[in-house]
Amino acid sequence: MLIDTNKCVACANCVPVCPMGAIYVDPDIGRARINQDECVECGTCFRGMSQEHLNPTMVRTVRKLARLFRFRFEPEPDVCPTAAFVMNELEMPRLVRQVFSDPVVEHKSTGIKGRGTEEVKTNDVNPRVGVGEVGYTIEFGRPGVGVRFRDIQEMTIELARMGVKFEAKNPITHLMTDESTGQIRADILGEKILSAIVEIKTTLDQVEAVLGTVEEVNRRIDTVTAVGISTRCDDGGEETRLAQVLEDLGYGAERAKTNMGLGRLTNAGAA
Amino acid sequence: MTNTLHRYGKSESFRDDFILFCIPSPGKNDEGAVEKQKAFLRICARHSPVNMGNGNRGSFKPERHLDPRSHWNRDLSPDWEGVIEGVNKPGTAAAVFDSEENARACLQEVVDADLGLSVNLSTSVSGAKEVAKCCGIHRHSVEYSLGFTDPHDHLPNSQVLELATMCGHGMVSFNMARKMLDMVREGRRTPDQAVTTLARFCPCGVYNPARARRLLEEARTKAT
Repeated sequence: MLIDTNKCVACANCVPVCPMGAIYVDPDIGRARINQDECVECGTCFRGMSQEHLNPTMVRTVRKLARLFRFRFEPEPDVCPTAAFVMNELEMPRLVRQVFSDPVVEHKSTGIKGRGTEEVKTNDVNPRVGVGEVGYTIEFGRPGVGVRFRDIQEMTIELARMGVKFEAKNPITHLMTDESTGQIRADILGEKILSAIVEIKTTLDQVEAVLGTVEEVNRRIDTVTAVGISTRCDDGGEETRLAQVLEDLGYGAERAKTNMGLGRLTNAGAA
Repeated sequence: MTNTLHRYGKSESFRDDFILFCIPSPGKNDEGAVEKQKAFLRICARHSPVNMGNGNRGSFKPERHLDPRSHWNRDLSPDWEGVIEGVNKPGTAAAVFDSEENARACLQEVVDADLGLSVNLSTSVSGAKEVAKCCGIHRHSVEYSLGFTDPHDHLPNSQVLELATMCGHGMVSFNMARKMLDMVREGRRTPDQAVTTLARFCPCGVYNPARARRLLEEARTKAT
């Protein structure tokens, strides 16, 4: 992401908009700048802000006058008055930032299919987690902190040591050079992204060990994690086994995503 | 795509937060999915949603060419039709409801429509169980949120977290949520204006403006 300094009027509306806090007004040039090392190419500034196309010189003059009289600016907080953001074409390895951070961008050039997978959202038609099995979505960097691939690799190496199975269709698994060791491509290890999800599956009796490992590794890496843990309900729609394990381990699960079981195989030949 | 699992808050805080979404699975039931997703959204629109999204845009959307005069009269209304007609490929279609009754009535109509797509409900564990029971359906699978682990103390206070995490992709920044809290407290924006501003940043349309409005109203008089 770039800011056109010919257009920017340093109104600073974009400063709080950035989820990574990577935008600031540089007093030396009187324009907003982006810390490119911290920017994750999520596109929030470009896409999330409404754009006006006002004349920059006119806006700067008005702002100078208002400042002279100590008037408080009260613009709409989500507007870039001069459409100063420019979404530039990215190449690898920086391109992975956008793929993992911008939810509306698809980049088939990297071979990565989005940030996550169907998880158990389509478990009723595409069985992934069966009775007695447990699926995990271990998300890094979310909310609002971000993560570098080298930190994710710390986790995938530890999980690989435990012998867990990584979800084959997951984008992080695609970026591994060796699934058996959890090693991730070396050229992207320094890249920062908004968040990424590692997906694994185990049996019910491994839940304590996996969650313990996640917590332990999280203490070593400078980010936040959010864990989703899933299983299949019984034929009566009840789920008590995993819930009991979580309660015994002291996890208070307040919220859940529930697959209502309405999916059917409808494609020709899918049945 | 949606991302609604890890919203910050206690179970009670999700009493006005029910996200119903449908999703096709490639190779399984994605043929004709676009029309089915549109049908799903049309059903949802009949049950008083507070937001809807098609994976590319929500019903509150930023303007590419905003008229400067609109600063004094910004449009705060949702655009349901734009979301429905904007479905152009198989993906996730979602609707947000602020009451269990509306979510339940909507799900019942979705069940009757028998679209064949997977349908998920994201809310409190107890809320989802109750809705499923009332609709006479057996839950198939469940994914629990274990919340956030923050050993390095990165996260802000609960008011900011509750507002910001309603966009699970992180497009609503902590600083923007904090700014809206401040602007409402200072009387510089109404809660309606503030929540619409926040909702515009969520491209999936799963931000819950009703819950955000309640949180902002509560935060106005609550010490941080």
